[in-house]
Amino acid sequence: FRCFASVLTPQLKSTLDTVVNSHKVVLFMKGTKDFPQCGFSNTVVQILRSFNVPFETIDILENELLRQGLKEYSSWPTFPQLYIEGEFFGGCDITVEAYKSGELQELLEKAMCT
Amino acid sequence: MGVTKEQVESSLTSNLKPLHLEVTDISGGCGASFSVEIVSEQFEGKRLLERHRLVNAALQEEMKQIHALSIKIAMTPEQWKQQQESAETKSEA
Repeated sequence: FRCFASVLTPQLKSTLDTVVNSHKVVLFMKGTKDFPQCGFSNTVVQILRSFNVPFETIDILENELLRQGLKEYSSWPTFPQLYIEGEFFGGCDITVEAYKSGELQELLEKAMCT
Repeated sequence: MGVTKEQVESSLTSNLKPLHLEVTDISGGCGASFSVEIVSEQFEGKRLLERHRLVNAALQEEMKQIHALSIKIAMTPEQWKQQQESAETKSEA
């Protein structure tokens, strides 16, 4: 049903599998955690900082192929994209909701203990 | 070119048959940005991530041009009713 060519090659998919599993918390964002380039990305960085958990950020503005491939990989059209323990968790709105409800804290605590 | 609030509303309406829908243009000069409040029976039994996926899928065409989409509310009619009622109680108090 897609009218554009897929950029998510098997090679890119296996690279992304490795990247999202390389750290417990991985955030694909616009900019870096020290210099976020978008308010939505910044919001998620600040939330993760508040928990004092280690997290890795990857700047999708640096690599157009990565940016397009990730949209297919997660079936999610926008950034930031948060991965916890190798699994796609959500974008900015979902992260904010989960932060407010306590669900994110629970999930991160669980992730840090495993 | 570009996406209008009306286009976003019409795609969401035809795909998700919402009971309540509010689309707000929040673009601050950096391209088409919208925030959405949507209440639909189709969210029944689905987690927030799956609900947001439904909204994204309904806007598949528009998303190619939308700079940012913020889904503020994605509730079932039941949750919406409860929220409305608790808001009323608060304002009466």
